[in-house]
Formats: sequence, C-alpha cells, structure tokens
Amino acid sequence: MFSQLIQNLIDDTLKYSLGYFEAELWLCATIVALLLFRLISVDRLIPTSILALTGAIVATVVAWFQLTTTDGSETFFTGMLIHDQFSVYFRLFLSLFLALTIALTILTGIPDNEDSPDFYALLLGATVGMMIMATANNLLMLFIGVEMASVPSYAMVGFLKGRRASSEAALKYVVYGAGAAGVMLYGISLIAGMLGTGDMSLLADRLRIVADNGVAGLGDPEVRLVALGTMLVMVGLAFKLSLVPFHFWCPDAFEGASAEVGGFLSVASKAGAFGLLVRFLVAFSGDPSGAELMTAFGIGLGVVAMVTMTFGNLAAYGQSNIKRMLAYSTIAHAGYMLMAVSAMLVMQNSAHAGDLGQEINACLGGLLYYLAVYLFMNLGAFAVVALIRNYTFSEEIDSYAGLIRQSPALCVCMVFCMISLVGIPPFGGFFAKLMIFGSVYKAGDFHWSMYVLLAVGIVNTVISLFYYLRVLKTMIIYDRPADARAVRLPNLENVYVGLLGAFVLLLGCAPFIADGLNVIAGEAAGSIFSAIVTSR
Amino acid sequence: MNPTVLLSLIIFAPAIGALLLAFMDGRAVSLLRNFTLAITIITFALTLMLANQFNYGESGIQFEVVRNWIPSWNVYYRVGVDGISLPLVLLTTLVSMLAAVASWSINKLHKGYFILFLLLESGMLGVFLSLDFFLFYVFWEVMLLPMYFLIGIWGGPRKEYAAIKFFLFTLVGSVLMLIAMLMLYFTTGGQQHSFNLIELAKVAAGGSEHLTSGLTPKMQITAFVLLFIGFAIKIPAVPFHTWLPDAHVEAPTPISMILAGVLLKMGGYGIIRIAFPLCPYGAYCAAWFLVAIGVISIIYGAFAALAQTDFKRLVAYSSVSHMGYVLIGLAVWKIAEGQTVNPDMWNMGINGAMFQMLAHGISSSGMFFMVGVIYDRVHHRNLNEFGGLMGKMPVYSGLSVGIFFAGLGLPGMCGFIGEVFVVLSTWNFNPALAIVAASGVILTAGYILWALQRVYLGSEYKGPHAEEITPITPRESAVGYILLTLAILLGVFPGIVFSIMNGSVTELVDHMQAGYDHAATLLDQQLQAMR
Repeated sequence: MFSQLIQNLIDDTLKYSLGYFEAELWLCATIVALLLFRLISVDRLIPTSILALTGAIVATVVAWFQLTTTDGSETFFTGMLIHDQFSVYFRLFLSLFLALTIALTILTGIPDNEDSPDFYALLLGATVGMMIMATANNLLMLFIGVEMASVPSYAMVGFLKGRRASSEAALKYVVYGAGAAGVMLYGISLIAGMLGTGDMSLLADRLRIVADNGVAGLGDPEVRLVALGTMLVMVGLAFKLSLVPFHFWCPDAFEGASAEVGGFLSVASKAGAFGLLVRFLVAFSGDPSGAELMTAFGIGLGVVAMVTMTFGNLAAYGQSNIKRMLAYSTIAHAGYMLMAVSAMLVMQNSAHAGDLGQEINACLGGLLYYLAVYLFMNLGAFAVVALIRNYTFSEEIDSYAGLIRQSPALCVCMVFCMISLVGIPPFGGFFAKLMIFGSVYKAGDFHWSMYVLLAVGIVNTVISLFYYLRVLKTMIIYDRPADARAVRLPNLENVYVGLLGAFVLLLGCAPFIADGLNVIAGEAAGSIFSAIVTSR
Repeated sequence: MNPTVLLSLIIFAPAIGALLLAFMDGRAVSLLRNFTLAITIITFALTLMLANQFNYGESGIQFEVVRNWIPSWNVYYRVGVDGISLPLVLLTTLVSMLAAVASWSINKLHKGYFILFLLLESGMLGVFLSLDFFLFYVFWEVMLLPMYFLIGIWGGPRKEYAAIKFFLFTLVGSVLMLIAMLMLYFTTGGQQHSFNLIELAKVAAGGSEHLTSGLTPKMQITAFVLLFIGFAIKIPAVPFHTWLPDAHVEAPTPISMILAGVLLKMGGYGIIRIAFPLCPYGAYCAAWFLVAIGVISIIYGAFAALAQTDFKRLVAYSSVSHMGYVLIGLAVWKIAEGQTVNPDMWNMGINGAMFQMLAHGISSSGMFFMVGVIYDRVHHRNLNEFGGLMGKMPVYSGLSVGIFFAGLGLPGMCGFIGEVFVVLSTWNFNPALAIVAASGVILTAGYILWALQRVYLGSEYKGPHAEEITPITPRESAVGYILLTLAILLGVFPGIVFSIMNGSVTELVDHMQAGYDHAATLLDQQLQAMR
C-alpha cells in the first residue's frame, strides 16, 4: 500500500513533473556544479562566472522552447506547481534577467574570484525561488517560494563583507523579512485551516461553500477569518514588493548592497512577487460569491498603489545617493504596477466580468509588459551606477557631473532608462504605462475610485519627472569638475549598456519587438484566466 | 518621387542625418555645421517636392500611408498630408533650415547640439504629418527631450530653470492629452478600438462606416477640455503661457526661432487636427470661452510686452499676443437654431488663424533672429542700452525694421492678413470682442515702434561693447532677406497660402456642423429616453 503510493509518486515525478521543471533543474544543476567545482579546483580552469552564465543561458533557451510548446495549463508535482504560459513567461523573464545580471557582474568584477561560487550559488538559488513563486499552485509552495527567494537575497545584500553599511542593510532586511514571513505564514494557516485546502485552484469554490447563502460577506465570521488570512498573506507579498507601509527595508538595503544586487532585487524579486500576487488573487476571484469581497480588495490595493507611488516619488526627490533614489523609484514603480492588479480585480469581480475577458486580459498583459520593460530600464540604470562606481568610487548623484563629456554612450543609456522610467515615448516605459493606465481607465466604468487612481497615477508621472531629470541634468548639463576622476569605459561595457538602452527604445517603438512582446504577454495573461474558467 | 516614400523620408531624413552625425568627429566643427545645414536643405527640398505633387483642388488627406505598427493595440504608422498640414510642414522645414544657418553662433559641444537639433526637426515634422493619435503623441513627446537639452545646455544664465519649466508644462499638457486619448480609444467600437484620427473624426460626425462610438456629448466636453489644455499650453494661451518667456529668453537664438516659429504652431495645429474634429460638440460648448481666452491673451501679451526692458522677452510676449489671434480665429463658431451662423465667416476665421500661424512663424522667428544678431555682438539685450544702430549697422537695421513691421501687422506684410481676417470674423461672433481684439493692434504698434525707436534710432549707441558692433555678415543677412521676402510675398499674395488650405478648411467647417448635428440628435434621444 505505502510502497504503491511511493511508486506512484516516483512515476509522477520522473515521467511527468520533472519535464516541466526543466529550466529550474538546469539552474539547480549549475548551483551544484558551482559548489563542487571549487572542491576539485576546476574553477581555476573555467571561471565560475562563465559557468553560471552558461547555466542561466541554458535555462533561458529551455524556457524559450517551453514558450512555443506550452498550451493550456497543467499542474505538476501532485498539484503543487502549475505550468502554463504565465509560468513560462516568468521563467523566461527571470532566467534572461539572471543571464544579464551575471553578465553585468562579469563586467564590473563583483564578486571577486574567491567569493564568486558562493555569490552565484545565491543568485541562482534566489532565481529558482522566484520561479517557484510564479508557478506556485499551493499555499505551501507560496511560502516556500517566498522564502527560497528571500534567504539568498539577505545574504547577497550583505555580500560586501567589509562594509558596515552592507551588513547593517542585510540585518535590517533579515529582520523585516522574518517578520513578514511570520505574518504571512499565519495568514496561510488561517486560510488553509478555514477552507480545508492549500490548493489555490480550489480556494474560490471553498469560499462559496463556507459562506452563508453563497455570498461571502464580512458579517460572516468564517469569511472574516479568510479575509484576514488573505490580508496577512498580502502583507508578506507587500514586503517583497516594497509597498508602503512595508517598504522601510528597501532604501537601506539598496544603499548597502552593491548596485548589481540592487538591480537584481529591484527587478527579479518584484517580478516573482507580482506573479505570486496575481496567482493568489486570481484564485479567489471570478466566483460570484466572493465578488464583493474581492472588489473591496481590488479597491484596497488601488489605495495602497496610490500611497505607494506618491510616497516613493516624493521621497526619491530628496535623495542625494543614486542607489537610494533608485530604491524609492522602485517603490513608486511597484505602485504603478499594482494599479494593474487593482484594475484587474475590480473588473474581474464586476457584474459584467463575462463580457470583459479581453479587458481583464489586458490588465495582466499590461503588467507583464511593464515588468519586461522594467527589466531593461532598471537594470540599465543600475548597470550605469555600477560601472561608474568602478571608476569614481562614488554613488552620489553630484559625482556624476559632466559625465557626457567622458563617456557619452553611458550617458545616452542613462537618458533612455530614466526617461523610460518617467514614461515618455518613444521608450518602452511609456507603452507599458499606457497599457496600465488604459486598463485602469476601463476599470473606471465599474468603480469610480479607479478614476481617482488614474488621476493619482498621472500626477505621479509628472512628479517623477523632477528627480529622474535631476540625474540627467547633472550628467549632461553640468561641467565635469577638473579634479574628478575620469570615466572612460572600454568597448565591451559600452556595448553592454548600449544593448540595454537599445532594448528600452525598441520595446517602445519597434514594430515587431513591441508588438511581439505584447502578444506574448497577452497570451501569458490569458492562460491564467482560461485555466480558471475550465477548472470551474 | 513616389509620394508614399516621400512622406516617410521627410519625417526621417533629419533623424538619419542625426544618426550619421553621431559617427562623425566632434572636433570637425565646420563639417558638422555644413552637414546639418545640408540635411535641413535636403528636407526643405523634399517638402517643396511634396508641395509640388500636392493636388490643390482636393480637400481630403493625400498621400496617406498606412503600415502595421503595434497591431495588438490597433496602433498604425499612418501619415498623410492635407491643406492644413502642408503649409505648416513647409514652414517647419524652412524655419529649421534658417535656424541651422543661425546655429553658427553655437560655441560648445557642437556634435551634441546638431544631433539634437535634427532629432527635434524629425519630431516636429512627425507631429504635422501623423494621422494616428498614438503616432502623433509619440512624435509630440519625442520633441520634449531634445528641446530640454537644447535649452538646458546651450541656453542663457537661467537655462536650467527655463528648461525644466518647459519640460514640466508640456508634460502636464501631454498627460492630460493622454487621458483624452484613452477616452477616445476606449469609447470607439465597431470592429475594434481605434487611434485613427480620420475615422475618429468621422465617427464624431456620425458618418463612419467602420467605427461606432460611445462618446456621449457630455464626455466630448470633458475630452475637449483635456485636449484643449494640452494644446493651449503649447500655443501658449493665458494663463498657461508662463513657460514661454523663460524658455524663449534662455534658449539660444536658433532654438528660440524654432520655438516661436514652429513649436507654438503645434498647439494651434493640434486644436484644428484633433480637438475640434474629434469633439465638435465640446468645441461648440467651449467656443465662447476660447474666444475670451484668445482676447485676453492678445491684450495681456501686448501689455506685458510693453513693460519689458529685455529685447528678447519683449519678442517672447509678442508671441503670446499674436497667438491669441489664432485661438480667436479658430473658435468664432456661433450656432443659432441648429445652424452655424454665417459659416463663411467662420471659414474665414479659421483661414485667418491658419494664416496667422504662418505669418507669426515667419515674423517671430525673424524677430528672434534679429535679436540674436545684435546679442552676439554686444552680449546684452537691455532695451534701454541700445540706440543708434541704424548708423552703425544699416543693412541689419533695415532688415530688422522690415521684419518687425511684419510682426506689427503693417498692411502689405504677412501679419496684416491674418489679423484682419480674424478680427472680421470675430465681428460676426461678437462685435464687442472684435473691437477689443482689434485694439490689440494699437498696443502691438505701441511696443514694437517703441522698441524700434530705442534700439535702432537715436544719435548714438549707449551700451557696453560698442567697439564690437560690426556690420551684419552675409550669412546672417541671407536669413534676414529670406524671411523679409516671404513676409512681403505673403502680405501681397496671401492667395498662395489660402489656395492650399481653403478646401480643407471648408471641409472642416462642414464637418463641425455635421458633428454638432450628430451630438444634438444624441442629446435629443437622451431627453426622449428620460421622458
């Protein structure tokens, strides 16, 4: 009997599930290789960074092939994880980003040879965790994914071991992270305990069963408990997304960590958390019984989005350290992206949800597009910071004065990234923002607060102009002081930042690239909803 | 040349030039200058070819090119030209060419300057030629960044303040435009949402075969207000004008020429091409308001100009005043019993407004250039420290006086025609407003004549750097002669321009009437339903 169970499990895992887990497996294999090679001194022959880069590229290629072959949605590992276009999109996104980050670390020379196996093992491990976040189909995996992504991140933030600020940042991050994880775990236990399952695809059905008369209202103690649990889980995710008021770790962690790690955390960890947030919330929505509750959640997220972006933009204004400024900028951008989730919830739980398939899809498509553009523009900005740091040993905005005269390519890339972050065409950031604003506008038909959200988003776009432009002004309009250290990049580094800048531009205006990504993002978004429809 | 290729070539020729410039040696200054000038001349020649192939008897869009751009969002690369955009395209390439000649005075970071200059030209041409709202918006914003840096790097002492102010004002305007764009996009239906300006205009008049629209007359008013604020900032109409004196004064001479000569026209063009046809009912409801703003702009701008002691600031405020006529001319739309009162008069008003845009493009870029010429020599612009230039620089002074007279609106020069047409059509709208608008001419005469007196007349030059006053160079005088010739030519033969745009303007007037009728029907239906 028991052996039969084990046999079934092994069969399921080997013959079925592992195939879907291919990209993650490559990364895991690379981690093992990284650590083992040091033992037998192979790392003298093959640089560790090259090995890590190869692993990331292989994972990217595997994910790319999955993108073309995936159709429909299937759960694997006995329902723990889910495989659909949405999962694959995140897999591709994260592994591509990983490859780009590793390439950056090769160029900037952080970490040194001695530490690099540790560093890359952490980096790859965190990425696997983020992929699990985006593919989670069970509350348990939700928690494991978040922790797998978080724990290596803590270590990476503190990786500059000699620096006090770095250790302090890591400590802050750990304490906050541990607190958030505890709260989230409590929330998970409330939900799982009340609804009797951890399987996310069953949550909406169970909620209807639990609720009196099939309408989940807050007057019902059981529903109240589930709502409380949901909120607690969202606290944990809000910590990962650095939403106000759970953002306090973010500026300190970014300032203390090296720019490469900052870039990685700002994009990848945010992407994983958004993937998870969407999966978690979609699991609850779409059923008429929970409509009212989830609409309230949608509006609540809208309010959080408003506060987050306003706070992020206003706080960024006063920063003199560029990494701190970028940290507040990522907070603000989390707010913009959250707008899409908010609009999605409001539309999906409105009375007309049946006719709105395309629009709901567009919300999520906009979010995915935003993430993709954000990858290039934010990594570009952090890459510029890291490269300049290697020459000037400074991360103060003032030390960037007049850089256009010494390294124009770097400055042009920075212009592209910053202006794209503001959201001005012809750069990708504009198109992504337009898609999200469009979704929020559409959601305004179903609840007036969405118009307020849109207005706040627009005002924030204007506010954000100031601090992004201040960096550009310093770099381009001011003269370089005579005693400043020269920044003259070798060609390879110019090519790297040039490539990132080019993608920021192409995603905003190139016919096939922008459209192609939009179509892929749309399909990925669609897969998550079609799965819901077929399972009900 | 094949017209479809021609349009895209006109838009992108400067951008290609900018790309080539990026690979040139930054120290070969004269090569960079001449190359840029050559590119602008080629672009101008291309627009002349366009004007040559243009069919003046036809009123609709010509040479329309449609290509897929981002089909998943129904965004197309759609360009074309009609009688309203063609004169402005010609003006753009002309002013750019002259500004390139004026760019000899730029004395640092030449390569960056010329790259940004050419990108700016591409953006401007794109705005005038695009027929897709999304494309229009992209080009509209593409100009922002080059302009920011052109003012911010090569500008005067308060350049950073002026540059950020320009950027901020325009960005506020464009995000408002963005909301209106979303409104229009999401309310259209039928086969799909659309950004197509031509179809969006047709659907507003209830005559589209491909689209349906859920834009209620009430929403039209909202959309119109959003669009109007966006464009009014660019025109600039009081009270959105405060960026203009700063930007114009701090910008280097060639950029001031482009700002005054072309960028301000985008506001007017946006109203004619987008705000009016897409929201006819909104335009009708706001007509009174628009005319009032126009009149206030004229009077306010003129008084402000009178009070200036900085020569360039005076010219800047004169722009606020002159662009007021454009706003009035467009908005003198009066409806009684469902029919436009005297549609011919309104037609004349729009024609006048268009003409005024061209005239102002020529005269004000000329005025800024003339101010720049003297500033390059004496390095100050204080009106009270000039005088006696007529004796020291006779050719320059003659050209300046001519161009300033064109700005003043002297009969026989270009400024006159536009103002007369506008004021006449305003009489039909409201005689009292017409009288106020006309009295603006007296104030204009006041500040221009007073300025001429202080700068060019008098017995001797009173300011600093008297020893550096040298006669005008052939390069500079060429710009002056070209602008003065055009100013006189358009003043004597205004028919050249009217023949280009008359058909399109008439169509616009008919379209607006149809749009009003359509909205009125919708409102009637609403009322019926409520009963």
